[in-house]
Amino acid sequence: MSVLLDASTRVVVQGITGRQGAFHAQRMAEAGTAVVAGVTPGRAGAAVDGLPSVPVFNTMAEAVSDTGANVACIFVPPPFAADAILEDISAGLELIVCITEGIPVIDMLRVMPVLRGSSSRLIGPNCPGIAVPGAQVKVGIMPWEIHAPGRVGVVSRSGTLTYEVVQHLTDGGLGQSAAVGIGGDPIIGTRFTDVLELYEQDDETDGIVLLGEIGGGDEEQAAQFIHERVTKPVSAFIAGKTAPPERRMGHAGAIVSGSEGTAAGKEAALREAGVLVGDTPREAVELLAAQLS
Amino acid sequence: MNVHESDARRIFADRGLPVPPSRVATTPDEAATAAAEFAGLVVVKALVLAGGRGKAGGVKLADGAEAARDAAQQILGLEIRGERVRRVLVAPAVDIEREIYLGVTIDRERQSAVVMASASGGIEIEEVAAATPEAIERIEFDVARGVDAWQARAVGFALGLGGRQVLAFVGILNGLVRVFVECDASLAEVNPLVVSPDGKLWAIDAKLNIDDNALGRRPALEQLRDADAEEPAEARARAAGISYIKLDGDIGCMVNGAGLAMATMDVVKHYGGEPANFLDVGGGAGADRVSAALSIILDDPNVRAVFVNIFGGITRADDVARGVLAARESMPRAVPLVVRLMGTNEAEGLRLLADAGIQAERSMDAAARLAVEAVR
Repeated sequence: MSVLLDASTRVVVQGITGRQGAFHAQRMAEAGTAVVAGVTPGRAGAAVDGLPSVPVFNTMAEAVSDTGANVACIFVPPPFAADAILEDISAGLELIVCITEGIPVIDMLRVMPVLRGSSSRLIGPNCPGIAVPGAQVKVGIMPWEIHAPGRVGVVSRSGTLTYEVVQHLTDGGLGQSAAVGIGGDPIIGTRFTDVLELYEQDDETDGIVLLGEIGGGDEEQAAQFIHERVTKPVSAFIAGKTAPPERRMGHAGAIVSGSEGTAAGKEAALREAGVLVGDTPREAVELLAAQLS
Repeated sequence: MNVHESDARRIFADRGLPVPPSRVATTPDEAATAAAEFAGLVVVKALVLAGGRGKAGGVKLADGAEAARDAAQQILGLEIRGERVRRVLVAPAVDIEREIYLGVTIDRERQSAVVMASASGGIEIEEVAAATPEAIERIEFDVARGVDAWQARAVGFALGLGGRQVLAFVGILNGLVRVFVECDASLAEVNPLVVSPDGKLWAIDAKLNIDDNALGRRPALEQLRDADAEEPAEARARAAGISYIKLDGDIGCMVNGAGLAMATMDVVKHYGGEPANFLDVGGGAGADRVSAALSIILDDPNVRAVFVNIFGGITRADDVARGVLAARESMPRAVPLVVRLMGTNEAEGLRLLADAGIQAERSMDAAARLAVEAVR
């Protein structure tokens, strides 16, 4: 059993004819992912650089019925990305990974009720995607070489911070069962608690690294969940200890408002729940490593 | 992006909210003229984007033109949370029988749009939420559908409004929901919504915060941006697609990804340094943007070393290397440059840097320590 992706994963890339879509579709294929189709409205039949055998369709419904794709990866520009998610839900995809950064929040608020009424799972938006090294599958933009198969699950609100921690894990001889970036936006499809639940249930995961950041209350919610439901060791790093209040730190979701969403509050809640909290990303990895050895 | 109260009042009034008339004055004389126009008691308010202006002396009542002139004299030029007051708003004062809070925002925990209302108006909703959360009426709603009239009525009755007032309240609530959706707001707030002794409802304050991600499709709202209230360097960065926030330290940070950018600041601090800025060069940044970012960092005279921390995913290390090299050519002044470069197209990026004599670091911790040593 693996988390979210496995040998049955068949990926359709939305926006595959764009610069990012084409580049990362190739990297996914190189990692071993079955990239079976692309969708760009109006570009059916186009050739994708480096992936000559991957057919391009105008609509997601056609891509799914012709290729049996079951996972979508979205590289569509922000004004059109929510529509891409809605098209995927309608086409019945099991898993939708939305990489796009900068989607208007109202668009995501329109998506949420439709998503809740469906059987699709959304990861992101504004996320790096999912890597499952043991199954040789990645859906997203993370550099593949830094991963190694193993038994640590990573879950994070930030893309590059995930890479940072995966690199530390791999350097320290700890492979990953999966690395999941849930995204830095205020409205996202899958949250810390959902992924913690997957790792807790996964018999190939022994320990978890959680990477949070300032803003919102998801880390506090995660702490509560860990206290009640997670038996495996968890370590964490919270980014933004030095961030000034009331300023949006790049990610739309990363803002301290009043006394809410501070790094100190999140660290305290996680410690209270028995989580090993590192002062730096490296420390978070070392704390988990010591616990697992 | 925060919108000034004067603009928010107009936007609210356009959607049917009962907003008293107002004038904007840039001088005490203009304030006096405006007050004379309204006759009777007026309120003179500092037009600043920062909160807490009442406590900072930025709101005064004035009876008549001369008093309004004096009030404006005192308020204009004040500095409220670092923002100089250049304009005041003058509006007729409304007699207050009771004050209500009404706001529309995003509930992150419930992942939904929400209307919030409370019988305790005039104070910050966060204070009410902390002290008596049960005193807040909430309607979670689907933005595609809006709020049903019965839901709005129920809240009106729960606030203790009378029958005729409830009808007015429903119109106000729906108007505010329209503001929220049509302006891509992250917050649309009337605090307080006042009931005057004659039983009428008045929106005597207007707060509007626009989702930055939506400004591209809201050019009319983008026009409302107050460039003078923004750090020039931050404005320049925004135009280049870079998130930059100036801080007080001396180690300039250039990072890709918001989480890693925050972590970089934290790690610099952990090793005894002080970050000069937050900077996320943005996903997929090319050489041009990297070069622009370095130039913005170096325009801060406090910066005595630059720490470039890139872990490529959608951003490609070779593009970053080209940007760093181009920026180094035109660096306005020479400061130590510590580069940590990994990820997508790493080998090519490292080769480009090595050919130019830059030995890139592999570890963020080691690189942070080097940057801290460089400014000691």
